[in-house]
Amino acid sequence: MQLLLIPGITQEHYLWLSAILFSIGVTGVLIRRNAIILLMCIELMLNAVNLLFAAFSTYLSDSNGQIFVFFIMVVAAAEAAVGLAILILTYRNSRTTEVTYWDKLKW
Amino acid sequence: MGAEQIIFFFLAAFTVVMASLVVFSKNPVHSVLFLILTMFGIAGHYLSLNAQFLAVVHIIVYAGAIMVLFLFVIMLLNLNKESEPRKTLWWQLGAVIGGGSLMLTLIASFQSTIKLPIAHEIDSNIGLVKPLGKVLFTEYVVPFEISSVLFLAALVGAVLIGQRKQEEPNHS
Repeated sequence: MQLLLIPGITQEHYLWLSAILFSIGVTGVLIRRNAIILLMCIELMLNAVNLLFAAFSTYLSDSNGQIFVFFIMVVAAAEAAVGLAILILTYRNSRTTEVTYWDKLKW
Repeated sequence: MGAEQIIFFFLAAFTVVMASLVVFSKNPVHSVLFLILTMFGIAGHYLSLNAQFLAVVHIIVYAGAIMVLFLFVIMLLNLNKESEPRKTLWWQLGAVIGGGSLMLTLIASFQSTIKLPIAHEIDSNIGLVKPLGKVLFTEYVVPFEISSVLFLAALVGAVLIGQRKQEEPNHS
């Protein structure tokens, strides 16, 4: 299946879209206190960057960007697995997922 | 405005609305489900960018694996709307203003950049499996193998961290 590039849509459109998505992710990290939602917002920010990588890769006709997206997905999957394991461990100790309770290192 | 552009703007609006619902919905389970819809919107963008392999891998990895992991953890910990911690209204307002200013700064800096380059002839085949696989297994074969070691380390780490110690009393 071969879809053609959308006429009239330039890289700037993708720049704006991923800027908006990244800012929503940053807002989520600032606004929420549930650690699982924070991890999800980090995934959102990673995806905004992935979309920009893919857009530039297509518009520059260079496949290196799509390989980078692939590796970012690999790292995101590993990060989610280890992060959720740490989250379960901390939940077992403190019975909460609220990040403001875990402030022993903050002095 | 042609039909293709309408599709682009519809997909973009869908993705942005679903992403905001991830942030602003009170129930963590709803957040995960909205994030899955966001992932589908982004996969649609990949399809319209001729990155078919990325679109399929994105759906399999994110919607199929990572989001299911998040959903399982939320259900395992029995989180719901009642146990959701709340921040004060002033803090939320400040966070929204902070995120909005970041977005304004990013968009303003993109506006002032020089005109972005475009390839003379766009090859629509680079997103297919065969050309990408050729690049991945020749030019990037060493990072590919290293990423498999990273996955092994993440696997061992997740199992080691998540396991319950024997002498620990069972309270769950």
